[in-house]
Amino acid sequence: MGIKGMKREDFEDNESLDLLTASGSNILLTTVDDVINWGRKNSLWPLTFATRCCGIEMMAAGAPRHDFARFGMEVYRASPRQADVIVVAGTIVHKMAPVLKRLYDQMSEPKYVVAMGACAISGGPFFLNSYSVVKGVEHVIPVDVYVPGCPPRPEALLYGMLQLQRLIETQTIKSRKERNASHDYK
Amino acid sequence: MDKIQLGEFINSIAGALEIKEGNQYLEVTVPPSLLYKLARQLREKEESQFDFLFCITGVDYGADLGVIYHLRSTIYDHSVVLKTRTSDRENPILDSVADIWHAADFHEREVYDLLGIKFKNHPDLRRLFLDNSWGFPLRKDYVDDVNIVTK
Repeated sequence: MGIKGMKREDFEDNESLDLLTASGSNILLTTVDDVINWGRKNSLWPLTFATRCCGIEMMAAGAPRHDFARFGMEVYRASPRQADVIVVAGTIVHKMAPVLKRLYDQMSEPKYVVAMGACAISGGPFFLNSYSVVKGVEHVIPVDVYVPGCPPRPEALLYGMLQLQRLIETQTIKSRKERNASHDYK
Repeated sequence: MDKIQLGEFINSIAGALEIKEGNQYLEVTVPPSLLYKLARQLREKEESQFDFLFCITGVDYGADLGVIYHLRSTIYDHSVVLKTRTSDRENPILDSVADIWHAADFHEREVYDLLGIKFKNHPDLRRLFLDNSWGFPLRKDYVDDVNIVTK
């Protein structure tokens, strides 16, 4: 079943989203949050950032056949200052890690991270006996959505990005602050 | 020249060396002391003219450290592989061939970076990829409890 055939209810059994919605939201701010989140989720601009073969799949996701643009993600930004989401598409080595951290720091709030592919999730094929590879990008920056695969197909990335949209939908100003505080890497 | 002629030619200029016919290339094992001289002759002799060094590989054999040179002649289209090894793990030093083939400059820096093999007379022997806080990570006895996960 393709992502198009999925009903809205099919997305509902996501545990992490349940947890997020269970944390509750301020009654006064709910409507404001809804409007802000609606705006944020429908114009997620990714950073032009790819370190490996996952980047090819990311480009394929942006190209006409799979077409990110349907969901408002088409505008790849070459500057982190203008990007909302960084898709970590590929292996991060120890030499690259400070650069990735800097790129993330340069992005303005609200910012989101998608770890795409086995390498960004855990080091993947380089998990064992590798001296150079960071074993998962969450050691460097906080991750919102993990997209497994090696590399994930564009459909999988699209699904991950839709999950990110759903995550944004459930966020409140409060939960956003908590999320940032829990990932204080300074 | 084909492999047999090449083998005879190398023996004629460098004395009796251990020469093996591999699947693809003729493999010549050279002691480190003869390596530079043989390399220069292979480059300069009219009959061989190995003008292209297309790969340098550093190897950790366990007890020994070694370097493998892949040579090719763009004039005669023949290739040869030179292998050399040293048993000194503490301070392995081999002669640099960077003044014969300029390509060896970066290749030797890479071998030095990852295996710690030093090259005598190299023009600029600094680390290539890693900074000085690293050891030599491709050595078999390299230990890093923080970054390396082993089974």
